[in-house]
Amino acid sequence: MARKAGRSGVDRRKFLTGVAVTGAATAVSATGAVRPASAAAAAPAATRPSTAAAQRELATSSVQVAPGTTPGTPGSDFMVDVLKSLDIDYVFSNPASSARGIHESITTYGGNKKPEFITCMHEESAVAMTHGYFKVAGKPAASLSHGTVGLQHAAMAVYNAWCDRAAAIILVGNRMDAVDRQPGVPTIHAVQDPGLLTRDFTKWDDNPQSLQHFAESMVRAYKISMTPPYEPVLIAVEEKLQEESIEQLQHGKKLVIPKLNRVSAPAGDPNAVREAAKLLAMADNPVIVADRSGRTPAGVKALVELAETLNCPVVDNLGRMNMPNQHPLCRIGGGNLIEQADVILGLELTDLWGSVNSMDDSVEMRQASRLKQGAKLINISMADIYIRANYQDFMRYQPIDIAIGADAEATLPMLTEYVKQAIPADRRAVIAARGDAAKKAHAQARERTLQAAASSAWNAIPISSARLSAEIWQHIKNENWALVSRDSSLSNWPHRLWDFREHHQFIGGPGGAGIGYGLPAAVGAAMAHRDNGRRLAINIQNDGDSMYAPGALWTAVHHNVPLLTIMWNNRAYHQEIMHLQRMANWRQRGVENAHIGTTIWSPFVDFAKLAQSMGMTGYGPITDPKDLSAAIKRGVDAVKAGEPVLIDVVTQPR
Amino acid sequence: MRTRFTLFAAAVVLSAAAFGNAPSFGAAAPAGDAAKGKANFERVGCWQCHGREGQGGREGPRIAAPVPMAYAALSGFVRTTSGDMPPYTEKVLSNQELTDIYAYLQSIPAPPDHKTIPLLAQ
Repeated sequence: MARKAGRSGVDRRKFLTGVAVTGAATAVSATGAVRPASAAAAAPAATRPSTAAAQRELATSSVQVAPGTTPGTPGSDFMVDVLKSLDIDYVFSNPASSARGIHESITTYGGNKKPEFITCMHEESAVAMTHGYFKVAGKPAASLSHGTVGLQHAAMAVYNAWCDRAAAIILVGNRMDAVDRQPGVPTIHAVQDPGLLTRDFTKWDDNPQSLQHFAESMVRAYKISMTPPYEPVLIAVEEKLQEESIEQLQHGKKLVIPKLNRVSAPAGDPNAVREAAKLLAMADNPVIVADRSGRTPAGVKALVELAETLNCPVVDNLGRMNMPNQHPLCRIGGGNLIEQADVILGLELTDLWGSVNSMDDSVEMRQASRLKQGAKLINISMADIYIRANYQDFMRYQPIDIAIGADAEATLPMLTEYVKQAIPADRRAVIAARGDAAKKAHAQARERTLQAAASSAWNAIPISSARLSAEIWQHIKNENWALVSRDSSLSNWPHRLWDFREHHQFIGGPGGAGIGYGLPAAVGAAMAHRDNGRRLAINIQNDGDSMYAPGALWTAVHHNVPLLTIMWNNRAYHQEIMHLQRMANWRQRGVENAHIGTTIWSPFVDFAKLAQSMGMTGYGPITDPKDLSAAIKRGVDAVKAGEPVLIDVVTQPR
Repeated sequence: MRTRFTLFAAAVVLSAAAFGNAPSFGAAAPAGDAAKGKANFERVGCWQCHGREGQGGREGPRIAAPVPMAYAALSGFVRTTSGDMPPYTEKVLSNQELTDIYAYLQSIPAPPDHKTIPLLAQ
């Protein structure tokens, strides 16, 4: 539990330089300069509880050692040197015997600092925490688990990270050599090809068979994961390499940690970008649709500049913080903008087809194009460059007029410059008028939003999504706050009422829509906020999602992660109720059974007590809106003081 | 567990538009029992998409305070819709039950002006 020890304060620019220097400086064995002085004095403690292993070690080692002890420096100490060279702050893990060597090296040789071992209650939670951490920190953390049962648990979280374009380094323990493997569970927990299980939704994986191989593959994995599109990567951590000594494994050969080279994000072909700029400049009703264009704070600024240059609306699909939501040109949802547009620019869309076509969930599954006759479609995305088969996250095929295979954020400055050049003088007044109209429309929409918030449900029991969002906002609006959850279950009321301005204030959703992401991802994100000046992290948590991984609450307490979790407790897997209703109505046999298998009644979950059982302050259940403000204030005050807090709020369904 | 609903926000908007433009059947609302209507509103799950007070949400438009259409239009829509909102035929919701639901929706008081609510007086 080393929150203070875990702080890094590493500047990213310096970090890149530091890696280069470290890479050069560590062209020596693992016991060289990067080993902390405090850890150097500690004797290696890893042993294998096997007489045969001790006999083998004695027979092959020239070092005089006591029977039953590891001679020399464990290979996993070098692995920790590699993690340190990559500035990995955290290893999120549920302990696994196939990773015991590196586990011990992290906590003892490495001083449990950069990386710090974060105790997780489930491998899926470990990867989800890595996912949430990345989206705030902007750099990957690692997870560590068994290569078999652990990775099977983790697989859905890896898929979420894949769909959400999130970097993560998935480390999995494994022992390949059957002769050198204990029977029973260790053999059940071994696998020939550790990366196979998640290969469809990781960007790269490897199974290094020497320490040098491990070093090179780790640096490569980091580089690949952090090259847009960001994606998870997997490295198997061979038990033999962890547990045997460097002397035994290397036979005198020196180990080198390679220098990390970062790959610049690919910008679009200038000719294609110039053509796109001409279309946008001459359009009467251009519309931008953004999903994950805001990779970094620079992406938000770049999108605002393009939108203001064209005075065109931006439909924000909320995959990331793309556009300040109260900007007059920002449109959450978009209404009928697509239908009216003559030129549409898509930026890193999860689903281009779904953005410009409609399809209902009726018996007929009716579908239709939303594009008006002659509308032009421009798309900037890495999706056409980097695509896999099998899992269908690439969505349906959509014809495009100008398809630019590139990173949107890296391309936007060039596009904006070309748009400025392409706007003829006689169109400037038209474009300026568009801006005036947009401001007027935005003000009117704001008025409608506020009146919609003041609906018939404002004082209702259970509590409405608008009321809860407004109550939270009054207590955080003057703080350095960040939302670490999505808000679609609340009918996007936070995005309709709050004022999102900074890139770190919103991180999107799970990506793959796999349930069980919310709570652990919020914990990981809150850790990064804590490390970045203790931002006030707010998690509006779906109740059903939280029951997949309640152990994440324990991790938050154990590792002192300040996080205000407000349970959005509609006492159901509510979306599934609506699906069941739909089925029942299609068949016209009544919806009275739609609650079976979909609701969380009989008994209700007491989330405050659940939190309290793990040492977390918990309030609720709160059912009356008049009790909300005081509870939220107490929660905010406690989180600002460094505590995690949970407030259970019983709510309307959406 | 699927999250298809999140992908169909646009389609729901279209459905909402259709809801508002449903053909008028001309007849005035027959007498209904609001108390029974509330029970039926909950029993047949109207609130799951439209909210317990009919306030609307991501999955369904506002249908109360005020009720956005005449009874005939609502009745026609509920019986014949084939979009994102599934139809309720008389087999699962009688005319009297639908009438009672309409009475319940009409009984929900109009909300206050947002300017009178300190949290929303921006």
